Amino acid sequence: MDKAGIGQLLRQLVAIDGPSGVEALVASLVADLARDVATETRVDALGNVIALRRGAANPPGRILLAAHMDEIGLIVTRVEDSFLHVHEVGGLDPRALLGQEVTVYPTGPRTGQTFEVSETLKVFMDGKGLPGYIGGRPPHLTAAENRDRVIPLGDLRVDLGLPRAILESGLVQVGDRVAVRGPYTELLGGRVVSKALDNRASVAAMLGALGYLAAMQHSWDVYAVATVQEEIGLRGAITSAFEIAPDVAIAIDVTFGATPGLNNAETVAMDKGPAIGWGPNLHPGVVSALRKAADAHEIPYVVEPLPGDSGTDAWAIQVAREGIPTGLTSIPIRYMHSATELVVLADIDRTARLLATFIGRLDDAFLASLPEEV
Amino acid sequence: MMALCDRLERLSNAFGPSGRERDVRALLRAGIAELADRIEVDALGNLIAYKTGADPEPRLRVMLSAHMDEVGFMITEIQKSGLLKFQPVGGLDPRMLPAKRLVIGDARIPGVIGAPPPHLQSAKQASQPPRGSGGQPVELDDLAIDIGAESDKEAEAKVKVGDYGVFATQFTVLSRDSSWPTVRGKAFDDRVGCAMLVALLAERYPVDLVVVFTVQEEVGLRGARVAAYRVEPDAAISLEGTICDDLPRPPDVDLTPVTRLGAGPALTLMDRRLVSHPGLLKLLRDTAEAEGIAIQYKAPGLGGADSGAIHLTRAGVPATVVAVPCRYIHSPASILNLNDMENSVRLMAAALRRIGREHLERAG
Repeated sequence: MDKAGIGQLLRQLVAIDGPSGVEALVASLVADLARDVATETRVDALGNVIALRRGAANPPGRILLAAHMDEIGLIVTRVEDSFLHVHEVGGLDPRALLGQEVTVYPTGPRTGQTFEVSETLKVFMDGKGLPGYIGGRPPHLTAAENRDRVIPLGDLRVDLGLPRAILESGLVQVGDRVAVRGPYTELLGGRVVSKALDNRASVAAMLGALGYLAAMQHSWDVYAVATVQEEIGLRGAITSAFEIAPDVAIAIDVTFGATPGLNNAETVAMDKGPAIGWGPNLHPGVVSALRKAADAHEIPYVVEPLPGDSGTDAWAIQVAREGIPTGLTSIPIRYMHSATELVVLADIDRTARLLATFIGRLDDAFLASLPEEV
Repeated sequence: MMALCDRLERLSNAFGPSGRERDVRALLRAGIAELADRIEVDALGNLIAYKTGADPEPRLRVMLSAHMDEVGFMITEIQKSGLLKFQPVGGLDPRMLPAKRLVIGDARIPGVIGAPPPHLQSAKQASQPPRGSGGQPVELDDLAIDIGAESDKEAEAKVKVGDYGVFATQFTVLSRDSSWPTVRGKAFDDRVGCAMLVALLAERYPVDLVVVFTVQEEVGLRGARVAAYRVEPDAAISLEGTICDDLPRPPDVDLTPVTRLGAGPALTLMDRRLVSHPGLLKLLRDTAEAEGIAIQYKAPGLGGADSGAIHLTRAGVPATVVAVPCRYIHSPASILNLNDMENSVRLMAAALRRIGREHLERAG
């Protein structure tokens, strides 16, 4: 794998929408992408994609890799004339939503309608959703005292530009999902901007790691899970960690990349490799093994201090069943939870290499060594 | 209709902030080469096309204008970090800028205006607003453009202070329903006017027609002023994309929308820069009635167009505005109804066939 390979993976992964709770389209893509590098793949009851890559005939342990594939989005709460009222699913910032292109996934009846379903509509309704735009009142018309205020999400509307009759026919239902649109765009310096880098960048790293492992020896069984519903409460991680009952787990997520104007203490340097999380959420023995693997293969990394809740799947996995030694690698991104998240592709590849290297080094003795490190 | 839509698409996607309209001008110049008798470009960059009338002299000289420029950005500083500071070119609401995509400079370098993660808002920002109020707005000073550069040196290899930027929005068809054909794109204010002018140039009218694609409307109607001085028209009509505000609103609020999508060409009675000439208004009303074209009136007192500068040129010019309603103008994208556009072209073409000296009388 190289940067271009990771870029290819990522480009495919962000092209598909998967707001928390309706990840099926992304799930099927992830399952396809995992097929060549996994022994078997399946989708569980909540929608998690589980790709198993077998190790030795008698594997000394099983490791869970967890990268969530859901993304923040919106949900339709009311259809008024030809406009949609929406509420956020996950932590979208209303400050970045005015003037934002979105994709609406209608679930209403599509047949027997009185209007003529146009060619455009057919294309979009064939699993691709409808193009929408988030607008508000023109500033000229806003009362002076409100002109400097953020327009709350409750006052914004999604405009599909469709005839009123189509919406009155019930095409878009209350509860339908809306994804933010933000295509993959290459910037300077091997940096890429897209929506949903949180957390498709990590899904790309996880699939990349399976790719590296295909060319390596590893004795442990690897369960690579693309989890659902992380953004609204780590739900997919809860059930998949129970189901797999791993000996060791690594969550892969994104973290706040250093950005001028933000406090350095709250962010992680860009282009310096993944951040290896450290704190109560992470098992010291797993952290230490991750650092040793990186050092041994000269993979750059930084340590990210996390004094409590890491805000990632690692938080749920650590307390699954009787407790699981858990680690966390995080890819720094800028402008998190916006349609213009920004990542350095090399950091994704470094994460993939670190994961593969770490897994390759897992042996019979690793589990026995862990209790001493707690 | 498809020809109008295709032309609008190409014009909408073109790069042309106020002061850097050259790409739009090149596109238009190629589009009108076969349609005009004579074409000029003046000192400010206005593109002026002349088409002699079919009537015997003396003929009226009617000037139609639409502005080529769009609201955009100018790079004002390249920071050590590689981020670019900027100022808006024309009227942009800073509240809609976070997390938007741009292209910058003649090399069209992609960039984004960063949005601080909501998780890391300062205590002041986080504590002040009650839930549901949306929080503290991001101020222009807090925003910067990220092109991926890690340092000023890396950025300066691609971008320089003074480079222009525009939103990176791509034109999209939303509905092909013939009773409600809608499209979305950037810069409909006023590429919709430009596209309509090209369509109007296809015909030869009884009067002399001078079509002007103006520059710098968004920074103060600058191009229209000098173009009108040069052209010395007997009457002038600006074609615009204008404010549309037809979102449903609470029943206790004034219910008059500025304009409504799909309700036809919007005539201006009075905006911030112009009181429309009564004779020209009568011409447009009578023409619409004769042609069976539904029209609407833009709510008075809002916005301004090139006619605001044109009507004060030399000793004064009878002037008005015909506009296509565009939802969300001055944002990364607008939505318009192609039927409004087509009906505006029909209205204007019929008005050009009908206009006479009587329409220049104020008593008209």
